[in-house]
Amino acid sequence: MGKRYEKTWNRGEGAGKYTYAMLSAAGVLGFFLLWQLAVESGLVSSRYITKPTELVGVFLRKMYDSAPDGSTLPSNILASLKVALSGLALAILIGVPLGWLMGWYGEIDAFMKPLFEIIRPIPPVSWIPLTITWLGIGLGAKAFIIFFSAFVPCVINSYTGIRQTKSILINVAKTCGASNFTIFRKVGIPSSLPVTFAGIRVALGNAWSTLVAAEMLAANVGLGYMIQMGRTFARPDIIILGMVVIGAFGAFFAAMLDLMEKRFVKGGGNRG
Amino acid sequence: MQTTTNRPVKVQVDHLTKRFGDLLVLDDISFQIRKGEFVCVVGPTGCGKTTFLNLLTKLIEPTSGKLLIDGEPADPRRHNLAFVFQEPSCYPWKTVEENIRFGLELKKKSREETETKTEEMLRLLGMERFRKAYPNELSVSSTQRIIIGRAFAMEPDLLLMDEPYAQMDLKLRFYLEDEVLRLWREIGTTVVFITHNVEEAVYLSEKILILSNKPATIKETITNNLPYPRDIASEEFISLRRRVTEQIKWW
Repeated sequence: MGKRYEKTWNRGEGAGKYTYAMLSAAGVLGFFLLWQLAVESGLVSSRYITKPTELVGVFLRKMYDSAPDGSTLPSNILASLKVALSGLALAILIGVPLGWLMGWYGEIDAFMKPLFEIIRPIPPVSWIPLTITWLGIGLGAKAFIIFFSAFVPCVINSYTGIRQTKSILINVAKTCGASNFTIFRKVGIPSSLPVTFAGIRVALGNAWSTLVAAEMLAANVGLGYMIQMGRTFARPDIIILGMVVIGAFGAFFAAMLDLMEKRFVKGGGNRG
Repeated sequence: MQTTTNRPVKVQVDHLTKRFGDLLVLDDISFQIRKGEFVCVVGPTGCGKTTFLNLLTKLIEPTSGKLLIDGEPADPRRHNLAFVFQEPSCYPWKTVEENIRFGLELKKKSREETETKTEEMLRLLGMERFRKAYPNELSVSSTQRIIIGRAFAMEPDLLLMDEPYAQMDLKLRFYLEDEVLRLWREIGTTVVFITHNVEEAVYLSEKILILSNKPATIKETITNNLPYPRDIASEEFISLRRRVTEQIKWW
């Protein structure tokens, strides 16, 4: 029923949208303005932090200049994207179906759960030393670390989501003579999607934050590596640029995920 | 319409008993339902009405006794059953159209049949305009109509309804009772309708099964020959209602 009431509440929807967009823009701009003023006024020394206006210059120069870390910004971004997305994709492709199967079939749950519960508390970064030994510092190694950080929320949420399927919806399908597998596919999975998507959202955040950790320890290119080199060469501008780019991409992917969720999760989630 | 006695037997229940551990819920129930019959099952609250329906759809297995549909042991995979539950059971991620179609799809009907039946049901329910709406955009009565539509669209051999209007106010109930009668007449389905509302049972049914308090047995089977559409204020209606009420009283 949510939507009907929402519609009544947001009667001035058009004007509201515009106001909200302006407020969001003002928030971001205000933040940069305060930052700029803090440095301009000498409140914070420019030795420690770069002004946003200077950051634009650094950003443009870094587009073609590979100093000081050895790669241009686009190749750093590309390297990081490859790592984060391949790790995340693998985590989604394996974690989500595994969670669904564990949540639906008691036998698979009994078999997998103890193993999963042991792996779950191990921090993803603690895999780094072993991974370097096994796989070196290439794409596979970093993707593997990211996989672990993103895998856990994928499994947990798809598991929880499918277990929350209302028994009434299962019974309707059962009385229509549907097999357990059909009910799993046509009732369980769609019903789990809102919670599963929340898990993917957490996985995305984990993947992106673990990326920096993975690259700081084992890489020769990438945004995390660039930040690390910024520290080595005492270049706060390079560090901050790396952080801002990571933040921007994180926000971009979260927005993409929103769009995907709107496409896949119909009818206001499970509140029908 | 044929009279109830000369139609073939659709459902045959023989000595049906159900225990949950030590608790005897249904005790040796036997009756038959004829094809196309509208049967209401009434009884005191907690007497085992829902258990009774769950047995009919094989959601649970009986402790002993037989349940035959068309002379064969009941099986949702073989028989064309449909169930309207008491709680809302629309699929929230499916539109009105998809919800109605879903039962037919689960029963693996041909694409053509599925389309035709879905369209027909949308027309019968007068919900063509809302075919693309999701349940959360509709009122409670509309979602309940979708559920009833979904059940009737399957043209089930046996349609089981478990207090489908228990949560609704009087106006809605009257409206949906007429709707269910209309669909029943147009499609000719055999209906077993569980209710604790005596007036509803007398208004809808051709036959009323009165269950006793737990452990439930059939206290009486009443044939209801009042002509449709029924007048709830008529003398015959009131006297029949009184008779059923007397039977349900366990105090």
